[in-house]
Amino acid sequence: MEKKIVTKNKTNKKEVMEEITSIAREIHKDISKHKNPTVSMPLRSLSNVEYDPKEGFFELKGKEKIRKLTASTIKTFAQTLLLMNESRKLAKIKDTASKREAYYISKNWGVAAFKEDAEAFTVMDDVEAMLQVNREQMGFIPEEKGGAVAGKLVIIDGNDNIDCTKFGSGAYSIPSTVEHLKFNTSAKFILVVETSALFQRLNNHKYWDSSNCIIVAMGGVPTRATRRFVRRLADDKKLAVYVFTDGDPYGYLNIYRTFKVGSGNAAHINEFFCVPQAEFLGVTPQDIIDYKLPTHDLQEQDLKRIKDGIKNDPFVQHHKKWEKALEQMAKMKKRSEQQAFASSGLNYVLTDYLPNKLKDKSTWLP
Amino acid sequence: MKQMMEKKLKPKAHELAQKQKEISVAEFFEKNRHLLGFDSPKKSLMTTVKEAVDNALDACEEAEVLPEISLEIIDMQNNRYRMIIEDNGPGIVKKQIPNIFAKLLYGSKFHALRATRGQQGIGISAAALYGQLTTGRPIKITSKISPDDPAYYYELHINTLTNQPEIIKEEQVEWKKNQGTRIELDMEASYQKGPQSVDEYIKQTAIINSHATIIYTNPKAEQFIFTRVAKEPIKIPKEIKPHPYGIEIGVMIRMLKSTQTKTLQQFLTTEFSRVTVNVAKEICDKAIVANNSKPESLDRSFAEKLIKAIRETKIMAPPTDCVQPIGEELLEKGLKKEVQAEFYTSVSRNASVYRGNPFLIEVGIAYGGELTKEGTCRVLRFANKVPLMYQQSAGAIQKAITDINWRSYGLSQSGGSLPQGPLVILVHMASVWVPFTSESKEAIAHYDEIIKEMKLALQEAGRKLGLYVRKKKRVGEELKKRSYMEKYIPYVATALGELLDLKKDEQTKIEQDLAETLEHVRGEVEDLTFDPSKNEEYDETLAKFGMEDEDGEENRDEE
Repeated sequence: MEKKIVTKNKTNKKEVMEEITSIAREIHKDISKHKNPTVSMPLRSLSNVEYDPKEGFFELKGKEKIRKLTASTIKTFAQTLLLMNESRKLAKIKDTASKREAYYISKNWGVAAFKEDAEAFTVMDDVEAMLQVNREQMGFIPEEKGGAVAGKLVIIDGNDNIDCTKFGSGAYSIPSTVEHLKFNTSAKFILVVETSALFQRLNNHKYWDSSNCIIVAMGGVPTRATRRFVRRLADDKKLAVYVFTDGDPYGYLNIYRTFKVGSGNAAHINEFFCVPQAEFLGVTPQDIIDYKLPTHDLQEQDLKRIKDGIKNDPFVQHHKKWEKALEQMAKMKKRSEQQAFASSGLNYVLTDYLPNKLKDKSTWLP
Repeated sequence: MKQMMEKKLKPKAHELAQKQKEISVAEFFEKNRHLLGFDSPKKSLMTTVKEAVDNALDACEEAEVLPEISLEIIDMQNNRYRMIIEDNGPGIVKKQIPNIFAKLLYGSKFHALRATRGQQGIGISAAALYGQLTTGRPIKITSKISPDDPAYYYELHINTLTNQPEIIKEEQVEWKKNQGTRIELDMEASYQKGPQSVDEYIKQTAIINSHATIIYTNPKAEQFIFTRVAKEPIKIPKEIKPHPYGIEIGVMIRMLKSTQTKTLQQFLTTEFSRVTVNVAKEICDKAIVANNSKPESLDRSFAEKLIKAIRETKIMAPPTDCVQPIGEELLEKGLKKEVQAEFYTSVSRNASVYRGNPFLIEVGIAYGGELTKEGTCRVLRFANKVPLMYQQSAGAIQKAITDINWRSYGLSQSGGSLPQGPLVILVHMASVWVPFTSESKEAIAHYDEIIKEMKLALQEAGRKLGLYVRKKKRVGEELKKRSYMEKYIPYVATALGELLDLKKDEQTKIEQDLAETLEHVRGEVEDLTFDPSKNEEYDETLAKFGMEDEDGEENRDEE
């Protein structure tokens, strides 16, 4: 598995550019033969992914979306080619542009210019999927802020050695590209938490020191860079990865599931942007009962989300334990945040909950 | 007290008898002028013109000549107008002239069932009376029946007490015409332009009577010549006897009294259409009257029995060759002359029967082009080739049009009203007896059979229109799509050109190839762009004629 990723990851900019040119050449050929040109890309949705625990991530099933040149697609078709052209231009001058900048670049395209960000991002996702690369490789970098890291880790970034124990009450911020980073660590595991607030508490008390670990804050749904960072670190240093989110459907199905196996929308890059070795520590529905946590009622949309997960999510369908956990939550109609442990004392979460959970693997979810 | 009693015992009838006298025609006219179409000065002018033109056209058809009518209306100031009309019809024999023009309820048309314009024979003499009552001047007639006969000139008054003509002047005159009639009549009136104007009436008459040439000079001294399109004179419609199913009690009694026949059976077989000897016998049996009874001996109760028996007897429908259609081709030609549209269609239904009266319905539709898109459609209504100008919303035509769901033909229409959009609907009813809602002959009465036929004709034309409207919509969308695609083709070419480092001419080739491919994939599109020059019949002067808004200046002042 590791080997495969390394080879695929070798896909460098030169190869991407060749791929772009070859697609353009095919289209040109079709047009000169008076054939209606088409571009094809994988269908990006949960219905087109399958979960194989051996591979460890959502893999494309191979359903293709074929974009024919018609009245309704010609604008997007032109935009796709124009964006590919911009990508090639960026590669030539060895530069990158942010997603937002790509939107402004399009203002030179006359009537074909993007009307709004969303339009630009959709076309970018299309090109990504078409080329089966991620946008960084096309020269477009995301603007999303990566996660925070603290603990027993030294990051080697070119000539800089960054010691993550030396940030005081602050933390290392994951950059948008992480492929070039090297690591040095004596930690035994990585603890990934959902909220920055909890990360702050753990960091203030140097929890990473007492538990001999690295802590990472996702700040909601983890960015591609955060996922890639944890993945590379865990693979490289053979570290276990434990995830700690709020006890609610969003934490389970959006944050944890995307972190571990990727998403349906970006399935073409899940292979790189997932952390298959991750395990779910809490807050599980059973934790809510066991630790008598204060709760909130589930909203209509939470219940819908659970139902949808059980019905359509290949990850949940594969892991009966998850299905049961979700059903349990649906029955309780309650959820708890990870900060709810404060009801038993502000530091209860690091003095009691985490040590207890780490001791008993049977209380985890896959 | 006693005296009073005595007084009271005297029959009231004596007192009443003193007040009872023959009412004069003048009085009758005054009391009924609204029924006869003389309720306002504006309408009086219209009615007079209408009667005169109808008579002229009918006369020409009777003689099977191509009508050539000259009409002039002169503004005499102080709300007085003079109408002069001249036709090339068969003329009127000398001794009939006073009766026809100066005796109310006299005429040849009243007793005949024939699809002619004038029906009730109330017409021209009523106009003469109106002129006489409002100006005191006589109606002036010149008529000539053949090149070999002299022309006669008359000035006539109507004796308003006796309803008898009074000859003011009578002389033989020189007239270069071979045959024809000329009428000159002064009256109090008012003239206005607009959709219900005399101008519009003449125009519509010309549209529907495409075999006539009409030279018209309006009170503004503007002259218009409507030249004939058709070359063949129209044959006078056949006269038919009434069908028993259409007879009402009053008419039956009158017919029984005035018949020349000797027996009831003879009466039934000769005075009515489709009554065979067997049918007549069956009617008599059902009415329990001897078939050899004398008609004039039968009274009201027998007449009633007779009518009941007729209703219970199966009688063949009347012959329908007595109603002639204008024809789809001439209808369309007429519309094309008046309306600059992009689509025309017409439907001429087969004859049908209501209440024993044969009739037929014709419909013409013009759509799009230069017609205004705002507001409801325009409706042109005709009965026996006479334009109906007033009371549009009261008639059967309006009912038939609004009963139809025009949305299914691609037009917009709010519930129960006329369809909206660039549309002109023409409806013509030809019948031996057009049932009007009033004597002024402005709206056709609501008979189920008539409305049903109208709807069938409108629906048939509507379906043809719907095909066109939908096709136009489709083509419009397709053209929009194409122009949209053409907008982006250059960008596809530029991007490919830069990606593959192509030369300028190679990029141009991509644009051409792509355009050709898309054209091929999408197929040919029919060209439905509106081309005004396609309509060779269209006459702009005619179309604008009568439609100008005379009150333009006043409107501006109001602003």
